[in-house]
Amino acid sequence: MAKKKENQSKAVKWDYSPAPESSSHINMKDQYELFIGGKWVKPSSGKYFDTINPANKRKLAKIAYANEKDIDKAVKAARKAYKTVWSKTAPAERAKYIYRIARLMQERAREFAVIESLDSGKVIRESRDVDVPLACNHFFYYAGWADKLEYAFPNRKVESLGVAGQITPWNFPLLMAAWKIAPALATGNCVVLKPAETTPLTALKLAEIIEESGLPPGVVNIVTGYGDTGAAIVNHDDVDKIAFTGSTGVGKIIQKAIASTDKKATLELGGKSANIILEDAPIDQAVEGIVNGIFFNQGHVCCAGSRLFVQESVAEEVIEKLKHRISSLIVGDPMDKNTDIGAINSKEQLDIINRYIKIGLDEGATMYQPDCSLPKSGYYCRPTLFMNVAQSSTIVQEEIFGPVLTIQTFRTVDEAIEKANNTPYGLAAGIWTDKGSRIFNLANKLNAGVIWANTYNKFDPTSPFGGYKESGFGREGGLQGLSAYVKLK
Amino acid sequence: MERLKVLKTYKVYIGGKFPRTESGRYYSPKNAKGEVLGNICFCSRKDIRNSVVAARKAFGGWSERAANNRGQILYRIAEMLEGRKAQFIEELILQGSTKVQAEKEVVLSIDRLIYYAGWCDKYTQVLGSVNPVASSHFNFSMHVPTGVVGILADQKTSLIGLISLIAPVIAGGNTCVVLASEKLPLCAITFSEVLNSSDLPGGVLNVLTGSCSEMMKPLTTHMDVNAMIYSGSDKSIVKELKESSALNLKRILHYDLDWMKADSQDLYKLSDFQEVKTTWHPIENIGGASSSY
Amino acid sequence: MSTQKDRLSLIIPNFKESPCVDKVGVEERVARFQTRSIKAEAKAQGLRMALNMIDLTTLEGKDTPRKVKQMCYKAQHLHSVCPGLPNVAAVCVYPSMVGVAKKAVGDSGVKVASVSTAFPSGQAPLSVKIMDTKFAVAEGADEIDMVISRGKFLSGEYNFVFDEIAAIKDACGKTRLKVILETGELVTLDNVRRASDIAMYGGADFIKTSTGKIQPAATMQVTYTMLQAIRDFKLKTGIQIGMKPAGGISNSKLALHNLVMVKETLGEDWLTNEWFRFGASSLANDVLMQIMKAETGVYQSTNYFSKD
Repeated sequence: MAKKKENQSKAVKWDYSPAPESSSHINMKDQYELFIGGKWVKPSSGKYFDTINPANKRKLAKIAYANEKDIDKAVKAARKAYKTVWSKTAPAERAKYIYRIARLMQERAREFAVIESLDSGKVIRESRDVDVPLACNHFFYYAGWADKLEYAFPNRKVESLGVAGQITPWNFPLLMAAWKIAPALATGNCVVLKPAETTPLTALKLAEIIEESGLPPGVVNIVTGYGDTGAAIVNHDDVDKIAFTGSTGVGKIIQKAIASTDKKATLELGGKSANIILEDAPIDQAVEGIVNGIFFNQGHVCCAGSRLFVQESVAEEVIEKLKHRISSLIVGDPMDKNTDIGAINSKEQLDIINRYIKIGLDEGATMYQPDCSLPKSGYYCRPTLFMNVAQSSTIVQEEIFGPVLTIQTFRTVDEAIEKANNTPYGLAAGIWTDKGSRIFNLANKLNAGVIWANTYNKFDPTSPFGGYKESGFGREGGLQGLSAYVKLK
Repeated sequence: MERLKVLKTYKVYIGGKFPRTESGRYYSPKNAKGEVLGNICFCSRKDIRNSVVAARKAFGGWSERAANNRGQILYRIAEMLEGRKAQFIEELILQGSTKVQAEKEVVLSIDRLIYYAGWCDKYTQVLGSVNPVASSHFNFSMHVPTGVVGILADQKTSLIGLISLIAPVIAGGNTCVVLASEKLPLCAITFSEVLNSSDLPGGVLNVLTGSCSEMMKPLTTHMDVNAMIYSGSDKSIVKELKESSALNLKRILHYDLDWMKADSQDLYKLSDFQEVKTTWHPIENIGGASSSY
Repeated sequence: MSTQKDRLSLIIPNFKESPCVDKVGVEERVARFQTRSIKAEAKAQGLRMALNMIDLTTLEGKDTPRKVKQMCYKAQHLHSVCPGLPNVAAVCVYPSMVGVAKKAVGDSGVKVASVSTAFPSGQAPLSVKIMDTKFAVAEGADEIDMVISRGKFLSGEYNFVFDEIAAIKDACGKTRLKVILETGELVTLDNVRRASDIAMYGGADFIKTSTGKIQPAATMQVTYTMLQAIRDFKLKTGIQIGMKPAGGISNSKLALHNLVMVKETLGEDWLTNEWFRFGASSLANDVLMQIMKAETGVYQSTNYFSKD
């Protein structure tokens, strides 16, 4: 018989080629003014600041820097719109405006996703598949509530508050703007919203859509600036309500600042959420849940599952699989469709994360990072695991807001509950087990506003979100999210 | 010879026991006619400390008790109060009420307890929701108690203000520390005695007497208190509460209501001391559309 | 490749306690594989890899020697206008066609796989299944694709299923054994996982999703679950097992996503036709069309690709 030909292939390296999302057909101006009273107005100080792309440190646009005078102008515009138009608009008509905004956003979904990724460093897959669709759906969901509020609060008459001052963070810029604006409009309030200084672009794009939607001028005002701009909103006498999402530190300052006023407040603050893996869990899915829990959006998530608790009997297996799994994560250009972990939002945040990593090492914890390459310019951080830590370790106690996971083990369920609750925060918690009765036990006993059982980091407009204790008060989303913007008579 | 009346010793109520104040101090409030109401414990921050510890200890068991059982216990308190109506009426009269007013206040207090007793096993049904999320998950929200609640009781009334505040708090599974009306403290103490012979576990409700202005600070700044209620119209107290809330973000509730009015009771007093907890779980979907089975 | 002796020296776990699988979690993970965008060089390389992993299959009652010969010719001459293309990995036929196929593939390096054990139902006594297998091996089959007894599996008789696999492995001798789970009949992913474990401990060199006769066949969820089982088996025993999704993978995009899944779940060690195969009949032409589209820059028509 003749010698056989070789048809058996050899194992070779197979890397994904770059698959960048195109940034063509994106309307982005070089300079953005303040959106006040339905018009684009220059800041009274004449000052502007740059917003940059954290993936390559390039400047994207110049942004107006609002001061107290501008805020006063915005609040006055909101008050005027409230008094003369919006409070007199029939609820069903209010609903139609909000529906229209939702639709206009859907039409520009790609544009929003691209700008969001450019401005914030989050990966295009997430802004395309998570942030933007959820933001659209949030408007769509709350639109329908506008003329049904009496069903949400049995036995009470519902009234709007007036002017809501809203301050949003940089981790989900558009989504948080949607979480704030949609329920406020549905309940008949007018809005002055300030996006975070590092990520103002999608809120400004939203302002363009609002302008296009024909919403009466002044109902929504978008003002940009730094912390002092936000403080001017918080301290303005004619604001009836403050809605803030951000750090617990700033949340406490706000709470103090409005103590002598009648301003209503909802605060969505920090977290140090526990993700608990029991020995009977579906381990491979739990590993996915761990990854999704802490590395989603570079770990810039207030409800990130940043404290992992694994039952000792499966700890070795879980950690081994976790290490294997994170070695397949691609860290890099946020605009590449294959990137799993994008850029850290700012130099300041990267410094904070690196400081915590150093503290972790100094405290004697064992660190694991996969050997992946990072882009040369821009702000990046490898996915990081810390083992051999204790409840008393700094990196276990403090919110890092980056792709850094601490791993602790436990022996019994009671021990897991005790450790999970042993924190000033109470935003979210994850539970992984195949046993239903155990899920309900843990769900009852964990002090957290959101419990993810056999899943993690899931969001939906119909599902209320918010925390216990120092994670803030009030809920956003769902029926329960309406109460933040109404008074009951 | 006229029989010598046995005077009542008023103590405070902490963790199901009736100790005297740690401070050893007392005060003797008088009514409008200048009659001394009694020697009342003038509590200090150490009593606050002990009460919060007792309330925290009781929280786990009380919050996990079956709703139906909580309802029965509240109803039982109302029953006991009904049996001791005369004593409360007498105390209210001593503290300055007319007989008619006093009778009305006691009856209303009993009815208010029954009102909230009925809510115990219903409010989660009315307030809770199953949320139709777009992904393949079962998602529901339910109300769970906030934790330890500090209560600055109504200063203008002795009984109805107190009952109106504590009933929704404990009906919802919270535990609490109450600072009784400074000038009208008698009913608060006597009510504690009622509680002690009911089935309410020790520590669920703790009652202190003394100077509100002195004790407010240690209570409102306490890091293990999750919420505070103030009933009254003093804006400076509201401000102080909100400022101290910045320490641990405790929830601050302020009511300025006439508790004798029938509409001062509602479901929303109860939901004010509840946290919304939302749980997600995947739904395995096997086979085709379920309607085709 | 491990011998049956190696395999029998393993401590056999209790298959009732095979790890549980959460289907929604699996669906989410699979959706992530499908968001991978395979472009340019990666696509060209992936398509050639996929082509070389195909088991070109004909398993019909109406199969004739002429039909089998035509398919074998196609296996060796996929698209003559494009030089330098690899061949498919194997042809897959019924035992009665092994002799014909073996002769037709000649010295091309294309292997001949034979289904056996009363394929596709497996409803025959063990003695018949062993004879069926031995016949195919004697005819020159390089690989045996057996089916498990799904009825016995669903009745909880895991040891029966295990013993049967071990017996067929014995009958195979040095011929590589693929074990078909027929996941469409097992329904749940927990069952798929358990059956995978039984097959690997019993002696499978490859585990394979389906016969192609039952829907659904090789869904990505099922393949992913089996890949996880393969990885766990490797971690526990050090033995590498191959994977063959079969049925339903009819286009290039799906094939590429399967390769992404293999790469990210098991690693590049499995990205060869020694450890990964596609059981398919129409996939090859779709891959060829994609390759020609990349080479020529214009969209292709099926008229220009031979159907055998």
